[in-house]
Amino acid sequence: MAGKQNAVRKERRGPEFAVALTAPAGAQKLDRLVHERLRLGILSALSVNETLAFNELKKLLETTDGNLSVHARKLEEAGYISCSKSFEGRMPKTEYRITQSGRRALERYLDHMESLIQAMRER
Amino acid sequence: MLGAMGVPRSKPVELHAHAMDNLRYIRGTMERAGSFTAVPGLGGVLMGSTALVTAWIATPFRGVGHWMTIWAIECFVGILIGTTAAAMKSRRMNSPLLNGPGRKFLAVFSPAIFAGVVLTIAFHQADLSWYLPGIWLLLYGTAVVSAGWGSVRAVALMGICFMVAGTIGLLMPELPGDVLLAAGFGGLHIVFGTIIAVKHGG
Repeated sequence: MAGKQNAVRKERRGPEFAVALTAPAGAQKLDRLVHERLRLGILSALSVNETLAFNELKKLLETTDGNLSVHARKLEEAGYISCSKSFEGRMPKTEYRITQSGRRALERYLDHMESLIQAMRER
Repeated sequence: MLGAMGVPRSKPVELHAHAMDNLRYIRGTMERAGSFTAVPGLGGVLMGSTALVTAWIATPFRGVGHWMTIWAIECFVGILIGTTAAAMKSRRMNSPLLNGPGRKFLAVFSPAIFAGVVLTIAFHQADLSWYLPGIWLLLYGTAVVSAGWGSVRAVALMGICFMVAGTIGLLMPELPGDVLLAAGFGGLHIVFGTIIAVKHGG
């Protein structure tokens, strides 16, 4: 229970909070906000599309409405993605777009993963 | 090693294995989410230009054999130009030509082209060659429309225009085939190639 609360507390600290890894690549910092699987999926999908609608993302990432909303909100609060709401006929439509800061965060994360693999190979 | 409750702990996942798994996940998601953006606009314009030249060369030929040979050569030239231009565009965009969306594009594009080859042989053998321009345009359009859903919107729209041209050719076989082919493979490629080149980077 305490562990769970602790995890939630850590998560609330936002993108500034980072974890140092114990591997040689641990000199770099890992962005916890991007590290979560679904958020990583959202950023990856948006990095190759100008925009994606909520339903497109949901289908692509095979997740539920609630789960996607929660994680997309976290990324939005961190300024990694932007969200616009409109109407298509009478149906509300939510569209997401990756921001410059989000793209940089994904690139940093990719660099981090690659350097981690490289460091382990050199061991 | 035993955990706090005396239960043996499972071997921890190696850090680099986890990193590799994450990279695979990112790549997989990007491939599934991406669209095939290496459709070459400038290549399309060039393909259209060679088709216009071919139509001009083929018009005076009355024999079906020579006429078909000329258009078969144009078909190979078009494939060569299209493939080279797509490869150059994908290299410029730092994306492998046969990535997920690229493979999907090819898989969806090919069946209609194969059907076109079979129908060409069958109609030629049955001495019904005047239907060939319509068949080529209709099936090329079908291939482009099918593959175009995984690419930029202009590609699917171009496919629909080819299908319309092909339908006209089949329903009105008295129309001169070379004019129809010039308008389709020439005109449509040049118009949509220009749009793709301007709006989607070359």
